Amino acid sequence: MTRFTGTMTLVRLALRRDRVVLPVWLLSLTGLIYSSVAAVQGLYDTAASQATYQATIGGSAASIALSGPPVALGTIGGITVFEVSQVAIIGIALMAIFLTVRHTRADEEAGRTELVRAGVLGRQADLLAAGILACAASLLVGASVVVSFLSVDLAAADSLVFGGAVASVGLVFTGVALVAAQVVEHGRQAVGLALTALGVAFVLRAVGDVADNGLRWASPLGWAQGVHAFAGPRWWPLGLCLTFAVALIATAGWLTTRRDFGGGLVAARPGPPAASPRLGSAWGLALRLQRGMLLGWTVGMTLLGVMFGSVAAEVDDMVAGNSAMQDVFARSGVDIVDAYAATVLLILALVTTGFTLGSVLRLRAEETTHRVEPLLSTPTSRTRWAAGWLLVSASGTLAVLTAAGLGAGVTSAVVLSDPGRIEDMVGGALVYLPAVLLVGGLAFALFGGVPALLSGVWLLLAGFFVAGWLGELLSLPAWLVDLSPYSHAPQVPLEPLSWAPLLTMTGVAALCVAAGFVSLRQRDLATG
Amino acid sequence: MAVIEVQGLVKDFGRFRALDGLDLTVRAGEVHGFLGPNGAGKSTTIRILLGLLRATGGEVRLLGGDPWRDATTLHRRLTYVPGDVNLWPQLSGGEVIDLLGRLRGDVDTARRDELLQRFELDPRKKGRAYSKGNRQKVALVAALSSRAELLILDEPTSGLDPLMEEVFQECIREVRDEGRTVLLSSHILAEVEELCDRVSIIRAGRTVESGTLSDLRRASRTMVLAETVQPPADVGSLRGVRVLDLVGDRVRLEVDNEHLSTVISFLAGRGIRSLESHPPTLEELFLAQYGDQPGERPAEQPGDRPGDRHLDSLRAPAADRPVDTSGGSRR
Repeated sequence: MTRFTGTMTLVRLALRRDRVVLPVWLLSLTGLIYSSVAAVQGLYDTAASQATYQATIGGSAASIALSGPPVALGTIGGITVFEVSQVAIIGIALMAIFLTVRHTRADEEAGRTELVRAGVLGRQADLLAAGILACAASLLVGASVVVSFLSVDLAAADSLVFGGAVASVGLVFTGVALVAAQVVEHGRQAVGLALTALGVAFVLRAVGDVADNGLRWASPLGWAQGVHAFAGPRWWPLGLCLTFAVALIATAGWLTTRRDFGGGLVAARPGPPAASPRLGSAWGLALRLQRGMLLGWTVGMTLLGVMFGSVAAEVDDMVAGNSAMQDVFARSGVDIVDAYAATVLLILALVTTGFTLGSVLRLRAEETTHRVEPLLSTPTSRTRWAAGWLLVSASGTLAVLTAAGLGAGVTSAVVLSDPGRIEDMVGGALVYLPAVLLVGGLAFALFGGVPALLSGVWLLLAGFFVAGWLGELLSLPAWLVDLSPYSHAPQVPLEPLSWAPLLTMTGVAALCVAAGFVSLRQRDLATG
Repeated sequence: MAVIEVQGLVKDFGRFRALDGLDLTVRAGEVHGFLGPNGAGKSTTIRILLGLLRATGGEVRLLGGDPWRDATTLHRRLTYVPGDVNLWPQLSGGEVIDLLGRLRGDVDTARRDELLQRFELDPRKKGRAYSKGNRQKVALVAALSSRAELLILDEPTSGLDPLMEEVFQECIREVRDEGRTVLLSSHILAEVEELCDRVSIIRAGRTVESGTLSDLRRASRTMVLAETVQPPADVGSLRGVRVLDLVGDRVRLEVDNEHLSTVISFLAGRGIRSLESHPPTLEELFLAQYGDQPGERPAEQPGDRPGDRHLDSLRAPAADRPVDTSGGSRR
């Protein structure tokens, strides 16, 4: 078919361009999956420990919301699936989204696609090539899940169905990203749209699983995790995923015929002929450029908070019907709802850091696209430019974190009939502000000093996530876990608020920012 | 007084030497042409002048200050048009023009509107919706609507159509008439010939030529085509002459300008039937600097340095060669 002419050439081009990015994604996902799988085997090798797991973790709403339906948790296979699911499924979806957009809309926006498409190339070859790349990467990750499971002697059929479930999430989100890349004009917007879809799918699945109702079937993640590996596996949900993925890819292909090259589905509207009075400073520009992203994150994080908050009552119910769990909490003297809140707050803070890093990293994009050059050839200094930008990054972080805490607080206050929850959750979220700002400050220091390493901060954030969420499972050494600033924030409301670590982190963040400013003033800006 | 004074400027990017002892002097009130093949270091020089890059070595003075250290204060007095204009996708052209004006603290709405009209630019479109030429116009309107005393323009008309090129030239003449200074990097030689008082030609990070166009022409060679009564067989023995073609009574030669009158006298002695001569165009000067052979691609091997500032080495392209008017496609 002529509209696909040249697809394989583009796939080879993509492999050449991604010879670092792709192995990093594959190796880190595979490594994380394998080490989690291996760690679980050592931790739950007795029937007693498996029973305890089923009684405690299987009764934890936070765990179910994050990891999936509590299926076969009394078996080592079921525990392994439960422990690996979150990282594998979110990880593969992120990989599929970033890879796909990188090779579709981002290229088109940069004008590279135009260059390529002027050659002997089918109209939909670039779309298909990006799809092939992301799907192949997803299948590889799925295969690595199967291999990891088989290497610890888990049942072949169940391992295969779970590997298939993970891979099919990658296929679905490849399709989602392909569609998103057709709808909007900018690569960043396409990523945002696809991530929103992932967020919605995650929330539907989480609420459905915690409330144990049909809502989970409204989400492709619910289908994938509906395979019930190690509990008499079901293959048919994979068919749902595959059909949906194929439908999405076909829709994306159809959409390419409905839009102009370089444009989105919705034609860009004209803007104002003159600037409003607010657009007259570096700060005003930073706010204007980031307001869309800030609004999206605030809404998204409020919803995520609402999702976590709305199941706060189920936490109590679960424990009420679970004597083993009651014992655990009675012995530790910890309030079950507080324990749930602390976990939720950590997750909200980690996700919010995504906004902070995205915001700081856009400074580099402004530099490498040379948009900053006309700006810096006015009396605006580098310091003023970056400071205006960071002001929006920091106040935006505050807004997003507050919104997330408010969403969780208001809904848990309603479901628990306890108005004090609002203050607890908002305050608890803000306790993480210094840690989030510290990571943002670190990114800015890299931007000033070694911009080539800047995108490494995403790996760092992934590392902090692993340390915070999987640290215990992987039995990471304490010093490694302590490297994460999130480990140093007091776990309000479980722990009393202590100011010392917060002030220290704020101080370190300030030092990082200062170092960033000093080195930014010393270095050459990007050329070429 | 010199507005820009650059001496022995060196810039290294890692192990790559982009500028290797570049000299550039731009006097107050002149329009200075800044020429060089792609990759010669024009944009690097301009970025150093703007304080975006830090010089590795050499002396740079801009408006009496240090462009790196005093960037902020100096930028009140200059304006800049990049060669490749990238606009913020979210912002309309009008917003970009106003923003840059406000940041410079120099907003003249009447002048802005006049320029929008002259350049026939719609200020309501957003970044991506503009073509390359129109993005260039956004930057030009932003720069030209300011009253800054120095304009630094890096290939400002790439992408403009001939009508807009005309408007641009008008604007630059107005700027010159107001006594302001322009540094104009360009590949459009007709534009440079039209606008520039003086030019500097650089190659591989060094200045190979600098002066007024007539200086450059005077120091160069003239092409002579003559038909004489008696065949001018021994004209090649005269000093400073290179015979390109000699058939019977017709000769085509090039001669160093200082020996031009000797050659004309010699030819007159043979009885001139027809005589044509023309000084080198900027195009020819330019190509002579870039190509080691007439019309040849300049060698771009590492280590290739012109090093040779003597005009004797100039060779004009053969007259029967079609002259490349774009000045670009030959390279």
